[in-house]
Amino acid sequence: MSAESTLLYLDGVSVSFDGFKALNSLSLVMMPGEMRAIIGPNGAGKTTMMDVITGKTRPDTGTILFEGDTDLTRLREAAIANLGIGRKFQRPTVFEPHTVWDNLELALKAPRRPLKTLTYAISRDDRSRIEEILDITRLSALRSRQAGSLSHGQKQWLEIGMLLAQDPKLLLVDEPVAGMTDAETEQTAELLCSIAGKHSVIVVEHDMSFVRALGVKVTVLAEGSVLAEGSLDAVSANQQVIDTYLGR
Amino acid sequence: MLLRFFLMGLDRKAGIVLTILAILAVAVPVMTLWVPADSPFHLSVFTVSLLGKYLCFALLALALDLVWGYCGILSLGHAAFFAIGGYAMGMYLMRQIGPRGVYGNPVLPDFMVFLNWKELPWYWWGFDQFWFAAVMVLVVPGALAFAFGWFAFRSRVTGVYLSIITQALTFALLLAFFRNDMGFGGNNGLTDFKDILGYDIQADTTRVALFVATVAALALSYMIASGVIASKLGKVLVALRDAESRVRFMGYDTESYKLFAWTLSACMAGVAGALYVPQVGIINPSEFAPASSIEAVIWVAVGGRGTLAGAILGAVLVNMGKSYFTGALPELWLFALGGLFVAVTLFLPKGLLGLGAQLKAKLPGRKASPLSNAQPADQKGA
Repeated sequence: MSAESTLLYLDGVSVSFDGFKALNSLSLVMMPGEMRAIIGPNGAGKTTMMDVITGKTRPDTGTILFEGDTDLTRLREAAIANLGIGRKFQRPTVFEPHTVWDNLELALKAPRRPLKTLTYAISRDDRSRIEEILDITRLSALRSRQAGSLSHGQKQWLEIGMLLAQDPKLLLVDEPVAGMTDAETEQTAELLCSIAGKHSVIVVEHDMSFVRALGVKVTVLAEGSVLAEGSLDAVSANQQVIDTYLGR
Repeated sequence: MLLRFFLMGLDRKAGIVLTILAILAVAVPVMTLWVPADSPFHLSVFTVSLLGKYLCFALLALALDLVWGYCGILSLGHAAFFAIGGYAMGMYLMRQIGPRGVYGNPVLPDFMVFLNWKELPWYWWGFDQFWFAAVMVLVVPGALAFAFGWFAFRSRVTGVYLSIITQALTFALLLAFFRNDMGFGGNNGLTDFKDILGYDIQADTTRVALFVATVAALALSYMIASGVIASKLGKVLVALRDAESRVRFMGYDTESYKLFAWTLSACMAGVAGALYVPQVGIINPSEFAPASSIEAVIWVAVGGRGTLAGAILGAVLVNMGKSYFTGALPELWLFALGGLFVAVTLFLPKGLLGLGAQLKAKLPGRKASPLSNAQPADQKGA
């Protein structure tokens, strides 16, 4: 498959840490607007995959292209983020001393150079965009609360809201529902589905009912490479996948 | 735009600080120059210079708080920028002595004549002009901080490792400035100043004017720091203090943010040193001693890290304590200082300015809100 017209194109990406192959010739293609769930046992390389896409880890070999022509393996984290790749970490990291509103304001798509932020004054458009995101993430009433005082689920939403504010072309979401109640999980699935379409989304998750609720194409990783790809039902029926999850 | 920037930083706390400084700037000259010497409201010139010295330290503490309190960069070498600013001012004051030195050389300072130097080293050129020295007071500490920060932040040196390197920086400068052939007066440093901008440096009016200049510099720096903190840039700084990689993944180049604050802070420290030197009448390499930088950290911790006003308060109070102790019980001062630091770290994690909030969280009994930072106090009580 050619890299043109793809949003994200990984080909033969390998990373090893002290001899341990975290990624083993991984290949993955995302089309614009697509939403993809990535599952796999612990140590399958899910988080490492996100690390190489966002520039946190450099791959030993392989190609990573964004929008068909930008080589991500040469760029620093901030530059990759500015291309339009947003990332949500496993543990929610919001800026605790800041208010919910300030957290969103910091994330909002705007010039990122120090002198620009020094003289930044919020515009009417920016304001209404933040209002909109507060609405989507159901945090409107909590706008002036310190982010550190939010509940775990609210922090997760705030972080998703911050990703929305960044307005990335591609969103990488690592275990968004870990530690959430069932109701929160359901609402989060709704939230992510409403995001997809305008943005491409990669979700890494263990929670199978959540992945089912998303109802999207699933990629199964094992030992650093792709084991199976398809609908959740198809991959669950795959004998190799069953073996990997249950042990041989 | 500049006005908007300053207005942004003008909160209630800034109002209080600026009001106190304004009162000082008016009251001190009046009490020194116009109130008769036998009145209880008279201030001696000695006291004015002492107060001026405290405020120079307050400016250094303010600069340190900007990087430590808001960017999480614990600098254990900030006195280096202070001392460099002081040397730049000292060089100007040396050149002003002219032929009135002991050896009567119209160009060369006494120590150079003593070392048998025949001409002025190139890096002393221009320091006979006040404007040049004033620019150097900002540029030299700023440039050193920029170069140091560029390498350190790019290499992602953080935390305690960065602190150790800053300590090494000031120690290296200490050793360098001790050497006679550096051309900065070696061990003795620069002293015996005669006048500044044509005015006798010992005159009462000059002393008062220097004090007022120090108050003005402190007020201006406070407004700049407060404006920076209130801006979106300031919010980015606080964010990267707590979760740097998260800020990076949001597309902010965190290194240039740290570099901005670090360089600004070094320039402020340089100004503090430049105002300090004419008021104490000497600058020598001991200002580079690692202990001076560590003392500055204690001032900030005592007043309250990350509050700006706390840094000023801490610097003034600790130095008043130092003046008292070194007079009354000189051998106890270092113990008192060490004990103070331990006590503040254990019992006042938010410093004196945080004391109010800490008490408020404690008073209504055990039902302190989870928001308050009362845990250390609670543990102590438990």
